[in-house]
Order: sequence, then C-alpha cells, then structure tokens
Amino acid sequence: MYLKVLHIYVKGHNKTDKSLGGDFIKRILSYLKPYRAGMLVGLMIKIMGTFADLGLPRVLAYILDHVIPKGRVELIGLWGGVMVALAIMARQFNIRANRMASKVARDTVQCIRHDLFAKINDLSGANVDELTVPSLISRMTSDTYNIHHMIGMMQRLGVRAPIILIGGIIITATLEPVLTLVLVAVLPLLAFGVYQISKHGIPLFSKVQQSADKMVQVVRESISGIRVIKALSKTEYEKERFRKINEELVKKDIRANSIMALSSPMMNLLLNAGLTLVVVAGAFRVNSGACAPGTIVAFLSYFTMILNAMITITRIFVMYSKASASADRITEVLEYESDLKVLEDRYAAELSACEGKEKYKIEFEDVSFAYPVSKNEGSEDENKNCLEHISFAIREGESLGIIGSTGSGKSTIVNLMMRFYDATKGMVKIDGKDIRSYCLQDLRSKFGAAFQNDVIFNDTIFENISFGRDLSKESVEQGAKDACADGYIREKEEGYEHVAAIKGANLSGGQKQRLLIARALANHPEILVLDDSSSALDYKTDAMLRQAIRKNYDDATIVMIAQRISSVMYMDHILVLEDGEMIGYGTHEELMDSCEVYKEIYESQMGNGITA
Amino acid sequence: MAKKAGSSLKMQEKPKDVNGVLKGLWGYLKRYLNMLVAAIILAITGNLLSLVGPMLSGKAVNEIAAGKGNVNFEAVFRYAGMMIAFYIISSLFSYGLSILMLNISQRIAKQMRNDVFGKLMELPVGYFDQNLSGDIISRISYDIDVINTSLSNDIVQIFASIITVIGSFVMMVYISPLLVLVMLITIPMSILYTKYMAGKIRPLYRKRSLKYGEMNGFVEEMVTGQKTIKAYAREAVTISKFDKINEEAVDAFYEADYFGSMVGPTINFINNISLTLVTVFGAALYLFQYLTLGDISSFVLYSRKFSGPINEAANIVSELQSALAAAERVFRVLGEEEEVKDIYGAKELMDVSGDVKLTHVAFGYTKERMILKDLSLHAKKGSLTAIVGPTGAGKTTIINLLMRFYDVDKGNIYVDETETRQITRKSLRRAYAMVLQDTWVFGGTIFDNIAYGKEDATMEEVVAAAKAARIHSYIKRLPNGYHTILNEDGLNISKGQKQLLTIARAMLLDAKMLILDEATSNVDTRTEIQIQKAMRNLMKDKTCFVIAHRLSTIQNADHILVVQNGDIVEQGTHTTLMQAHGPYYRMYASQFE
Repeated sequence: MYLKVLHIYVKGHNKTDKSLGGDFIKRILSYLKPYRAGMLVGLMIKIMGTFADLGLPRVLAYILDHVIPKGRVELIGLWGGVMVALAIMARQFNIRANRMASKVARDTVQCIRHDLFAKINDLSGANVDELTVPSLISRMTSDTYNIHHMIGMMQRLGVRAPIILIGGIIITATLEPVLTLVLVAVLPLLAFGVYQISKHGIPLFSKVQQSADKMVQVVRESISGIRVIKALSKTEYEKERFRKINEELVKKDIRANSIMALSSPMMNLLLNAGLTLVVVAGAFRVNSGACAPGTIVAFLSYFTMILNAMITITRIFVMYSKASASADRITEVLEYESDLKVLEDRYAAELSACEGKEKYKIEFEDVSFAYPVSKNEGSEDENKNCLEHISFAIREGESLGIIGSTGSGKSTIVNLMMRFYDATKGMVKIDGKDIRSYCLQDLRSKFGAAFQNDVIFNDTIFENISFGRDLSKESVEQGAKDACADGYIREKEEGYEHVAAIKGANLSGGQKQRLLIARALANHPEILVLDDSSSALDYKTDAMLRQAIRKNYDDATIVMIAQRISSVMYMDHILVLEDGEMIGYGTHEELMDSCEVYKEIYESQMGNGITA
Repeated sequence: MAKKAGSSLKMQEKPKDVNGVLKGLWGYLKRYLNMLVAAIILAITGNLLSLVGPMLSGKAVNEIAAGKGNVNFEAVFRYAGMMIAFYIISSLFSYGLSILMLNISQRIAKQMRNDVFGKLMELPVGYFDQNLSGDIISRISYDIDVINTSLSNDIVQIFASIITVIGSFVMMVYISPLLVLVMLITIPMSILYTKYMAGKIRPLYRKRSLKYGEMNGFVEEMVTGQKTIKAYAREAVTISKFDKINEEAVDAFYEADYFGSMVGPTINFINNISLTLVTVFGAALYLFQYLTLGDISSFVLYSRKFSGPINEAANIVSELQSALAAAERVFRVLGEEEEVKDIYGAKELMDVSGDVKLTHVAFGYTKERMILKDLSLHAKKGSLTAIVGPTGAGKTTIINLLMRFYDVDKGNIYVDETETRQITRKSLRRAYAMVLQDTWVFGGTIFDNIAYGKEDATMEEVVAAAKAARIHSYIKRLPNGYHTILNEDGLNISKGQKQLLTIARAMLLDAKMLILDEATSNVDTRTEIQIQKAMRNLMKDKTCFVIAHRLSTIQNADHILVVQNGDIVEQGTHTTLMQAHGPYYRMYASQFE
C-alpha cells in the first residue's frame, strides 16, 4: 500500500524538487484558518476516541492482574462491560471526528479551487504562456484533488497515529514505566530507518518519473505521426525506440522500489524486536516483583497497535510530500503577479483636450513587442522583438487587413490590441484612450473576435454562439446567417440545440470556423477581429462571408488577418508584415505599386495576368 | 460531458468478461511460473514463521506468570532468542518476496507495454482516427501501472492473508477451542457489515468520480479556452458556472466520505468487541484454570492477526476489481483487428515509374455513409493531379486510399498496372513521398527528423534537402544547428518551420509519387512562394497528387478533380473546366466577387 501511494506521488508531479517545501503548504493551510475552532473540537473528539481505543488493553491487564485473583466472575463481567462501553465510545467519537474532518476538507478545497480558477481567469497571455495550459489544467484538477485527500487524511489518520503513539506511551507509563522505556527506545531507530530509506528512495522515483514521461512522449508522438510512420514503414524503428525507453523505465522502477520495499520488513523487525525485549525486560520486572504478568500481555497488545500506527505514519509522510508538491504548484499560481495592471486614467484629460480633433478607433503608436521568455526554456538571445515600430491608425467603420508570412507577427497585433499582452514599447489606443487605462472587461467587450484554432465548447451550438452573453435567439441566428453557418446548423437534427463534441470534433474544419465567426458577429461588436478564421472555407463561402460583413456590419471597425490575398485586398487599409516589421501599408492599389512583397504574393496567389 | 480520457479517477469499475481477462493475465503470469511458485513458497513460509511469534511470546509469558522470584529465566531467554530468530528470518523472507514480486510484475508490465505498443503500430490508421490519443496513452501508462501494482501487491497479499487467517485460526483452536466460539459471533458481523457498507458506498464513489470527471472536463475546456473567454469578457459567467460544478464535486466527495468514514471505526469497534469477549471469557476460563495467562496473551495476538486481513479484504477486492478492469481495457487493445496482412505472394514494388490508375472506386469509413461512390482516374507518370473542393468533401480520403491506409470497398487501384492489394504495403508506401496537413515532428534532433525516412542519409543529403525546403538558413542560425533537439510536440519551432521540416523530409525520399495534403496552407505568402519554386523541382518526374485551395497551383495541374459531398462532380483541366461553366467555374469566379 505504502509503495503504491509513493508511486502515485511521484507520478503526480515531476518538475518540483522542493517537494517538502513548508512555505507553500503553509499558504494552503492558511485556508484552514476559518475552521480552526471546528478543527480543534474535532481534534479533541478524536483524542477522546483514540484514548478509548487505547483503554481496552489497559482494562485487559487490570482484569488479568487484579480482578482474576479475586476470583469473582461477576466482576469480570462488569469490567467486560467497561470494555464494551469504551469500544462504543471509540466508534462514536471517531466517526464524529472523521465527519468533521471531511467537512473541513470539503469547504477548504471548495474555496481553494474557486480562488485558483478565478486567478487563472485573471492571468495575462504572457502568464499563461509561462505556466502553460496543460500545467494549469493539472493544477486545477489533480493537484486540488491531492490537497483534498491530504486535508482529510491528515485530520483522520495523521492525527490518529501520533495520538496512539503518545497516548500509548502515556498509558503504558502509568502501567509500568520501565517497560515503556523499551518502547520509547525503539522509536529513534525506527525514525532513522524510515528517514534513510526515504532519503535514498524518493530521489530515485523522480528518475522513474522522468523515464515514464519520456515513454508517454514516445507513445504520444507515435500516435500523432502514425500516418507518416506507416507511410515510411518505420513501425519496427518505432517499436525499437519504445522498447528502449520501456527497458530503461523498468530498470529504474525496479531499483527505486527495491529500496522502498525495505521499509515494511524493517519496521516489522524493529517493533517485533522491541516486543521481544519487553518480554525479556518484563521477566526481570516480574521476578523482582515490580510488575504483574498481565501487564506484559497488555504491553504486547500496545506494541501491535503502535506497529499498525507506525505503518500509517509512513503513509502519511508520503502523502504529505505528495500534497506539498501539489500545494507548491497551486500556490505558485495563486501568488502569480498578473502583469496587466489597469493604469490610472491619466489620458482622460488629454482626451478631452483633443475633443475637436478626429478620433481614431484603433491606433498603434510606434509599438514594439517581445514575448516574455519562458522560465524553463532559458534561451539566451532568442528573445528578439516580435513586432517592431508598428504604427497605424484607423477610423471607426474602416477596415484593416493584415497579411504576412507565418511568424511575421500578425496575431501578435491582435494580442496587443485586445491586451492579452502589454506592448514592450509604444502605445496602443482604442477610441483615443491608452488601452492600459481601460478596465479589461470594458476594453474587451468592444470586440468580437474569432481566432486561429479557437475553442469550440462542449455545449449546444446556440450556447457556443451566445457564449453566456444572454443574446436573443434572433441575434444568434442572424450572426450564424451572416457567417454562412445557418445553413449547416439547420441541417443538423436538433438545429441550434445540436451539441458540439469536445473540441468540436463532430464539426468539420470549415463548420468550426463559421461557428466561431458567428460567435464574433452575433453581438454586433464595435470592432470585429477575424484572425485567419476563414482559411478552411472555400473561396465561394469566403466571398459570401465578406459580402455579408460589408452589408450588415458597416459601422463596425474590422481587423482581418488572412493568408489569402483575396480576403484582404478590398480592405480600406492593408498592413504587410515581415519579420515583425511593417514593410507596406496602404490600399491594394498603393501596395501593388509600392510594395514588392505584396505584389509577389498577389501574383503567386491569383495567377499571372488573370486579374479579371 | 463525454467521457474523459486519461482520467486517473477511475474507481470501482467492474470488468465485464472476468474469465477472458483472467485467461489473458494468466498468459503473462505463466511465463514467470518458476518465480511465481518461489514467491508463493516464500509467502507461505514467511507468514507461517511469523505466526510462531505469538505462540513463543505466550510460552515466555507463561514462564513469567510464575510470579515474583519464580521466573524461569533460562526458558524466557530461550523463547526470546527463538522469537528474534523467527522475526529476522520472517523479515528477510518478506523482503525477498517483495523483490521477487517486484521483478515479476515489472517484467510483465514491460512485456505488456511492448505488446500494446507493438499492437498499436500494426493497427490500421482508422483506429487512431476513432480513439482519442489520451485514451490510448492512458492504457499503456495508467492502466498497465494499475495492473503492475496490483500484481506486485495483491497476489502476495492474498496468499499471505489466507495463510495468516488459516494459521491464526488453527493456532487459536489449538490454544482454546472454547474461546474460538467467541469469534464465531464477531467474524460474521465484520463480513456482513463490510458487505452492507460496500453496497452502500459504491454508488457514492461512482458518483464522486463522475462529478470529478465532469469538473475536469469543464476545467480543461475553460483553461484551454482562456483567450476566448477573455476576448468576450466572460470571466464572471465562467467562474460562477465553475462554482456550481465545483460545489457538486466537493459535495459528492463529502457524501462518499460521510459514509466511508464509518467503516474504519466500525470495523475497529467489532475488533474491540471481539477483544472484549476474548478478555472476559478468557479471564473466566483462566479463573477456572482452563487456560494459562500465556494462552490468553497468545490468543489475543492471534485474534488481532486473524482480523487484520479480513479488514483488508474489502480493499483488496476493490483493488483487484480495478486491476481487472484495467486489464480488460489493455486486452481490448491487444484484441483489436490489425491492418490486413499483405496477401500471400504479394509483390515488392520495384523500379516504380509512377503510373496510378483508379477504376470505379467506392469507399466509406462506415458502411452507412459512403464517401466515394464511383471514382475513376488515371494519373500518368509525372502528371499533376489537383484535388479541389470544400473541406470535408472527401479529399483526404483519396490520399488514404492511395497509401492503403484504408482498402477500397469496391473497384481497384493500380500502380504501374499492378493492383495495389497485390503489392506489399511497405513497398507501396515507400513509393510515395507525403507531406501532410498535420505536420509531424518528434523529440529528436533536426537531423533525425529530416532523415527519418531514409535510414543511412548523410549530412550532405540532409543539408541539401533542407536547402531545397528553404529551411537551411534557419537551422544554421540555431545554436546547435542540425543537432538542435526539438522538444516535445516541437514547441520550440513555429508551425511554419515544422511544415518546412516535413517538406525537407519528403524531399529526401527517393519516391516516384508525391502526395501533398494542403501542405502549403500553413506556410503562407512569401515563404510559400519560395517553397513553391522548390516544390516544382521536387515535383518534376513525379506523379503528384495535390490537395490545395490555391488556384495558382491548380491551374498548372494536368488533371483537376472537383470533389463535392463525396462525389467527383467534375474532372478536367483548368481550361476545359472553365469552359464548362460548372461548379469549378463558380468556385473560381467567387474569389473575385
């Protein structure tokens, strides 16, 4: 059992070395504060229950040594009644205490999880990049689950074991202090043994985990590349690759577990040796008349109880380290400094000053940006600017097309505009106001956006479009119509009530994109952002979409990122990006004259000389 | 919510076909029969030895019981010495046993993993289209782990428990048959209670894992959709939705705990009652000299030993159950139907010239929904066939059939006049170079990634391919050049660069036929222009099948297939199709609207 828990523990986390870091667990334990009084009561109840448990062998010794010599059966019966009473008390108290503990665990975890989730919602794009999405998910799920277990178990078993140990020592001391010393003498040995085994064993498990991660990676890669592997007939090669890592994993696993397997025989041996010592020492004590023989029987019983308690203590130890690693990971998120602070409205004055001047809807003033370097990647000179000196301004109702090669920074412009990240240099303004002075909610509610690889939720199509915004049926359907999605939605059996699978697996690429566009359109946003969101549409649908937007959303300011030149060529402004720099800005006609790259793109996509 | 893949919260599952699963497990176990027999012998002797302990301590107590001044020290020391000796031997045995079982279970786990992985590699690609990769991975890691742990712990524990229970019982009967009668009251109490509670708690646990699964699903979705939630400022709504789900999850946890927390103390209570009864009746018997003090002492210790495994039984049973359920999932993979073997006497495809012909091909992934109904096509050596049409219309299906990832339901496909089913898969697939829409790179160096398809590729060849794919200068700029290790999922390179790498990989192949599946849609604009130039060179002398949205590519095609709703609605060249004023013409014209 012990090994299993440990195994899971090591499985659970891989990147934290300071698994016993007390600070983090302290922060988590601070959530317990409001429940201090209740926990104290629980603890008292638990102590009473455990002492009732411990009282039984004591009564046994009393009967053997003091009642039997009196030779009265009814007295034995009476003391038997005492034992039953103790047993009942033990049961009632323990159940009561356990339930209180569960309640505390429930309330605490509910609170932790709420805070964690709210915090995640509050992180900036840069924060999320650093922490990574899969890691955030596992912190929300398995880590909080571990904490839940830990808080419950700590209160139940964690408290019980020390009480049995200490209580056992106290009760036996009243019975026979000298023999108690034998018991106490065994404990340091036990502690030392457990410590040594853990010290040598646990680091080995992180190695096991590394190999296990590698193995999973090989499997994941092979699954995702199955077509390529088969096409190139590399299955035997992949099998060999897997065999190697599997071999390595098993070797490490055996080594780590061989050490950990020592703990249980060792504890058994030590405690049994202690038990034998009690018999020998007891013989001397009885012979000298210092104690009665029945006491030894009671002692043997206590030893067995303590042996069982010790085994749970090592389990607790393992559980604690596992939970503390989890606590560590949760706390890291909770204490994450969100880097998107709302500035004071220092431009309000400026704004009113230029009231007379024409207001731009979106304005970039010499904006440069570099993505923050992720902590664990540690690349040195890679942190080059992703955007450099971007300046443009568009008025309300105008449209902006952004075109450029992969990695040229197109999506980054949108990320800055919507303040998922803050510009490193320069300023982004919406409605003439620095976006950093907006409350994030207000800023973003101006937008309707469909991103590249955007999310479809496992919910009805209607909900996916409405997205918790309480939109009317009409506006949802109008959005869908304009996005050319109404047609296929109505073909589904339940229409708008059709449930999209996880990640929209039951929709085709084009259907997904149209659904996302419908989501962006449905609320008639002030600014419509379409980030490469029509790539899976055929030309005809793409054209229909563009027409619908032109017709029904003429007051919206449009930002369209595309790979197809046909998607942007009719925009009021076109921005051509290359390696983060603006290499062209203007209308289609202007760019055809002035921008060589734009012209090249145009010709390659539209074919030579067939511009109808 | 749909079922979550890889969820580690699978509790209390029951396997459906227990016999089949046991048979399968036995197949693995019997390879280590010798070790297993040795382990069982160790378990039996080790536990028998430890059973001697209480007997000896009882005898020592009897010697001590003589009272003040009468203790027979010689006998006490003798018994104490024997106790220590037995405990040492028993501990050694138990350690030896752990090591032995560890080796057996790890070897089995290793074998199972190899078998599952080997099986995966032989499965048709359709399997991977229909199953979530997370689910598959959880079988090879989590499920096999569960089996492994269960094998190394439970089997030994079962044997140890049986020995301990029988042994203690025999010893108790030996000490005092009268006192054993007491146990006849408490044992049934334990068993009945455990059974009753198990029945009561199981649905609660099931509910608990269900609720957790729901919460996990929600969290996964929402964290992944962070950007969208923020873009629409939906944080508050999302959090309040989460709060509801969270509350349900913790409540389900609490409910299970509420009843679960009764089990431990109650079992303990029954043990205490049994101790009380033993004490009371033992004391009475002692009073009338039917028993010695040592007998009572031994009896109490044996009764504790006896009830231990019975308490654990419920745990073991539930562990075994989840191990069997895990084993069933593993065996289900192992029982999947493999890709059909090459027919007997299948030919190696040699000196391919690259002439591909499809005649009256029909195909559907399921029998109910046919994707291709009647497709005929002749792609001559060195020709370019473009497949166009909206997404989901069946374009990738044609590629699946050409590569024989799937076999046609009706009709025939010929390469160089040979029916492809008469050809070994390996040589057929080797005749194609392929650049897929989903770029695939694996954790390894850039060199390894490019050279993947050609075993003994030299650095010169790889560099040449990289140059042709226009990624050489990028690679050169990396700190370790061609030896840069791509990390998991290729996170340290961009999508476009990944695409270029896979193009370089295809360029290195000496194939006569080329498949491009929307390959250029990720590498856009300028990069694409450069690639197109290189691609023209690559395409020379090759029979090419290209799926593309770009009309400029299509215009140069020798043959255009226009696919709509699973049918080839039009075939021809750009010129003839434009003249036909059909779907192709409409599609083409729409881009200028």
